[in-house]
Amino acid sequence: MIRLPPFAYRRPTDLADAAAMLAGEGPETRLVAGGTDLWPNLKRRHQQASTVISLMGIQGLAGVEETEDGGLRIGATTPLSTVADHPVVRWRYPGLSRAIDSISSPPLRNMGTIGGNLCVDTRCTYYNQSEEWRRSINYCMKAAGEICWVAPSSPRCWAHSASDSAPMLAALEAEVELVSTRGSRRIPLPQMYQDDGIEYLAKQPDEILTTIYLPATSDAAHCRSSFWKLRRRGSIDFAVMSTATTLWLDGHGRVERAAIYLGAVASFPKPADKAVERLIGEIPTPELLDQVSELARRKATPMDNTDFQAQWRKAVAGKYIRAALREALGMDPELLAPKHQAGGTPTS
Amino acid sequence: MKPPSEAVAAKPQGERDFRLIGTPFRRVDARAKVTGQTRYADDLSFPRMVHMRLVRSTVPHARIRQIDFSRAEKVPGFLGKLTGEALPETFGILPVSQDEHALCPDVVRFVGDPVAAVVAVTEDQAIEAALAVEVEYEPLTTVASIEEALSTPEPRIHDYGVEGNLHKVVSMEFGDVEPGFEEAEVILEDTFLYEGNTHLPMEQHSSVAVPEDEGRLTLYSSTQTPHYCHRALAKVLGLPASRIRVVGTPNGGGFGGKSDPFNHEIVAARMALDLGRPVKVTLTREEVFYCHRGRHPVLMALRTGFTKDGAITAQHLKTALDGGAYGSYGVASTYYTGALQTVTYDLPRYRFDGVRCFTNKPPCGPKRGHGTPQPRFGFEIQLDKAAHQLGIDPADIRLKHLAAPHTITANWLKVETIGLRQCIEKVVEGSGWRERYGKLPRGRGLGLACGSYLCGAGLPIYWNHMPQSGVMLKLDRSGGVAVFCGESEIGQGSDSVLAAIVAEVLGVDLLDIRLCVADTDLTPVDLGSYSSRVTLMMGNAALQAAQRARDLIASAVSKKLEIPASRLVFAENRVFDAADPEQGVTFQEASIIAEALHGTLATTGSYIPPRSPGRYRGAGVGPSPTYSYSASVVEVEVDPDTGLYEVHHVWMAHDIGRSINPALVMGQVEGGVYMGLGEVLMEEQAFRRLPKRLSDSLVHKMPSLLEYKSPTFHDMPPVTTYLVEDPDALGPFGAKEVGQGPLLPIMPAVANAIFDAVGVRVDQTPIHPHMILEALAAQANEEEGRYGPTAFPEVDFGETLLVPTPEQGGDGRAINSWKEQLRSGMRSSTGTMTTRDEALSNKKGALTT
Amino acid sequence: MQADTTTQTLDINGERRTVCFPSHHTLLEVLREECGLTGTKHGCELGECGACTVLVDGEAVLSCLVLTAEVGERPIETVEGLQDGNALHPLQTTFADLGAAQCGYCTPGILMAAKSLLAHNAAPSRPEIREALSGNLCRCTGYHKIVEAVEGASVLLRGEAWEPEAETIYGHDVDS
Repeated sequence: MIRLPPFAYRRPTDLADAAAMLAGEGPETRLVAGGTDLWPNLKRRHQQASTVISLMGIQGLAGVEETEDGGLRIGATTPLSTVADHPVVRWRYPGLSRAIDSISSPPLRNMGTIGGNLCVDTRCTYYNQSEEWRRSINYCMKAAGEICWVAPSSPRCWAHSASDSAPMLAALEAEVELVSTRGSRRIPLPQMYQDDGIEYLAKQPDEILTTIYLPATSDAAHCRSSFWKLRRRGSIDFAVMSTATTLWLDGHGRVERAAIYLGAVASFPKPADKAVERLIGEIPTPELLDQVSELARRKATPMDNTDFQAQWRKAVAGKYIRAALREALGMDPELLAPKHQAGGTPTS
Repeated sequence: MKPPSEAVAAKPQGERDFRLIGTPFRRVDARAKVTGQTRYADDLSFPRMVHMRLVRSTVPHARIRQIDFSRAEKVPGFLGKLTGEALPETFGILPVSQDEHALCPDVVRFVGDPVAAVVAVTEDQAIEAALAVEVEYEPLTTVASIEEALSTPEPRIHDYGVEGNLHKVVSMEFGDVEPGFEEAEVILEDTFLYEGNTHLPMEQHSSVAVPEDEGRLTLYSSTQTPHYCHRALAKVLGLPASRIRVVGTPNGGGFGGKSDPFNHEIVAARMALDLGRPVKVTLTREEVFYCHRGRHPVLMALRTGFTKDGAITAQHLKTALDGGAYGSYGVASTYYTGALQTVTYDLPRYRFDGVRCFTNKPPCGPKRGHGTPQPRFGFEIQLDKAAHQLGIDPADIRLKHLAAPHTITANWLKVETIGLRQCIEKVVEGSGWRERYGKLPRGRGLGLACGSYLCGAGLPIYWNHMPQSGVMLKLDRSGGVAVFCGESEIGQGSDSVLAAIVAEVLGVDLLDIRLCVADTDLTPVDLGSYSSRVTLMMGNAALQAAQRARDLIASAVSKKLEIPASRLVFAENRVFDAADPEQGVTFQEASIIAEALHGTLATTGSYIPPRSPGRYRGAGVGPSPTYSYSASVVEVEVDPDTGLYEVHHVWMAHDIGRSINPALVMGQVEGGVYMGLGEVLMEEQAFRRLPKRLSDSLVHKMPSLLEYKSPTFHDMPPVTTYLVEDPDALGPFGAKEVGQGPLLPIMPAVANAIFDAVGVRVDQTPIHPHMILEALAAQANEEEGRYGPTAFPEVDFGETLLVPTPEQGGDGRAINSWKEQLRSGMRSSTGTMTTRDEALSNKKGALTT
Repeated sequence: MQADTTTQTLDINGERRTVCFPSHHTLLEVLREECGLTGTKHGCELGECGACTVLVDGEAVLSCLVLTAEVGERPIETVEGLQDGNALHPLQTTFADLGAAQCGYCTPGILMAAKSLLAHNAAPSRPEIREALSGNLCRCTGYHKIVEAVEGASVLLRGEAWEPEAETIYGHDVDS
């Protein structure tokens, strides 16, 4: 067996206590919720922790509730399966349910939390390895080494974002609340990330992600979301490419607002801004969606640090973006649906 | 389905030939397995037990300069350490490649090669101690591939073998192929690459060594081959085999991956003797990838001549195997890449050249199908190409030219029953092949392929005249039957086969049979669960033992009841008169009568396969008492825009001879289909070479269950299975193997289906979507619509053994002059590759292990 | 770092027992080592294979990634608790009858994941069964027997009669 190294374990029951503990402990303090990311990372020792603070004992941090303005408030420690199965999520934010349903496997989704998935460590096949394996490459930039083996002459780390909920929540214009001893702040989700494989979170180390806010969707006919994920197998695997899209249409079917985010092809959920610009004000036709998909595809920079050949992932990224856009608009996605998705939830 | 007792009792007498055989009964280990009672090796625990970890090399090829335990020794709970010099004796599964050390004494040969061991009170502490061991290395050049092995003679990874980093070369020609090619109207030449992959048993290897008395030892281990483990332990520990007991625990999956003796088994035994405490070692998942012994990556060049009606006039196969860092079964694997090409279709002239290279990677060995899936992949795709080119239906090109049953092939393999025709007919009919092949819309396709496999290797791994399987029965006044056999249950159901055969013959309930298996002290030797040998070999031994017991009891009951022994029926836990079923006794009463008459009741049975007709060097690999056959049709959907594809359905027919337990046979067939799909769709034992200017490292790309892609519930298509039953006289009750054969057709059938769907060829496994997309792009560019290797390297295969075929009037021997034989004999070592007589006359070879 | 220990009362298969264990030990380790319940298996210890699946509060979780200290007094169910006295649970019966357990190593985890499924969905479709078990890897069976066994158990649990289909245990065209 590979096992966890020893650490001091704290389980506060109050958010203020947790924030105080986090502020008071040294840099090797880690927060844990479901543990599905931290425990493997500690077992393989590419992350270290002298103290682990569990958020699971904190009252009021879990749960899904509707807000007065018609949106949703999701506590960070709500299990992924609870979020995906929540009737309001399934009904009004089906893209989110599909994104979450595609995360790893059912038992893992019973354990992993929505907050944990948003903060999930970036991944790379040179990094997500045991201590002994990493010794054999003399480590990598992200953990104890100097070189990013994905791009050895690069000054930065190219580990990729591994969250499936992040691109979808970003495309749904979610906001997150961060709490520390210095107070709390609420920011649009994309602002929690930055383009670096190591420092992929823009949140401060002493901040605790407590809440995710989803804005009210307009009438479902006018707000269309979809999520497509490319991975090898029908379950368990992380995305090697995902695309999350939301389109807000006016009464004439014209795109008022849109969001396209790409997962797993950069160190953060990557917005496809030019593609979105191209859509605004247009009535989407298949031809337009082809153009938009191509614009979005250019934003994808898959590297050779996960499954499948990188050039191929880049080549087919456009098909996934196109499938998501077409499906969101009720057209045939014209792409072999991933197996986990075949029986999944249709988009609105 | 009824529980076993009812299943037996409920069957009216005379309704079937057999009472149990052929009936789907519950496995004898089923209840233990569904209740969590089965004790796998890691579930064992003993008083004073401590824990061991191996320290494995972090460099691919180097001399060990220094090993520093000073930090490790300070870890609380540290109890002991070991390095290579403590165990200088080498071991290995084959007598010809005794090239492994329990711990590397001087040179490490791959990332993962064991260098040292530490023992601590808890496993947590052993982990900390192992991480604290510091090893200093002096790097040697890394050899990463077949190409590098051929072009890098120095440094040699081993100082034995052919030369440089060539471990083994083989060259043999059966009949003269050149005239065959001249006769051919079409000659196809293809190169194929079959990537390596691994067994991935769900259970990680685990062993517990328990010291006993003065220098005696028991090793409990998750091994498919307790007997070979026993031999290796005796050799390396320098103890008499009689003082070592190996108990094979139920394996949580094997597939060939637990059939070598392993470092951790030997080191745990040594540490247990040193410390006087039970020592447990359980490998991490990553270490299981380093133990490997999986599918060899094989590059192949296949040249076949055909007449216009698709008959094969000659075939020349060249294979190059990437063997990894040690011999393992590799010499046998090399021969196996050529041996079974002849048993499916009529192949009058055949030449085979093979080479196995050493590289700085985990050693390859036997995985389900051992050496034969790779050339089968090439052969079945090439047949599809030939059919396409000649305008013959791919089913017909096979049906028209099937090998004839009960004949001797060009390479001197004796084939018995061949159910391949029925197999092909079943899957052709079931899949609607005649109506649908070649006629589906673009993106949909059907592919057909066949295969064949051994029912046990004809020769043992080391040379001897002893039985390959032994079974012992003990019966007494309790009415129970104790069955002792060295076989090991790896999930395939061997315990159930053993119990069923004995129960069938003695007419007793399965619940009255108590098994004692896989215990080198208590059970007669069975060589282990490999080469699909157990049902046939153990089964025949069990049949003999049971028939002898039946005769003993019958003679006693006959005397007592004054009924002729020939009229006695053993069924439903009774022994009775066939003419008057009321006249009889219970089985328990019969046992009492027999025990009173004969004294203590025990019988034995043993099995030695028939001698194979081949007499040339290398004729030892390929023979089997009989062969199983399989055929498959696969339906795929391919997205031509992305190359993504999905298998929608598999039709599989398998020639089982006779099912001992059809429910278990079905399970083996579906499992074989599954594993074949894994190999063609996604699985690969891939490595990363870092940029050479920065590092000489060579690491397994993804030694984890997440990144080594094993198909999930969502990735398994429906399977329609047909069991073709044509009892074979050589199998127990006519049974043949099923554990390995059904895997073989799957990979080429998928490749052929992709061609039917989108018109391009991928001559390589696994078939990644980018390969299809690149082949389609090439086709659109008016180039050949194909993805795959384009060249086979220049290799000196040495002297070719010239063996006249039976058709030519040969006698099974090579006709090269004795001088040439001697020369090639000095080059390629003796061992499994010589005939039994030759080896026995060569005492050195016979006594190597 | 020296390991802290925790003493805690766990509710395992309806039996409460107080155990002392290193604080960083997962439920997998405590079940197998401190409690001697070795029916729960491990294949990766990283949440990648499902072999260690147990139920906590009726939900399937991977015991290799559950810190025991997090479980508190919530009920834990393992394969050892499936039987009712000497009677097999319907899932155990159908798995045994169909040969859905070959090497048997993935079986305990799959049985527990299936139990959770059947508690939530008394009549699952085959796609629903596959989805519920999609985190559990099996290398032996090719999965079909497992899906059929779960389906069969759902029938038995609903109090209806169940017999495996002839094709499942004999193959197609049995008589020819």
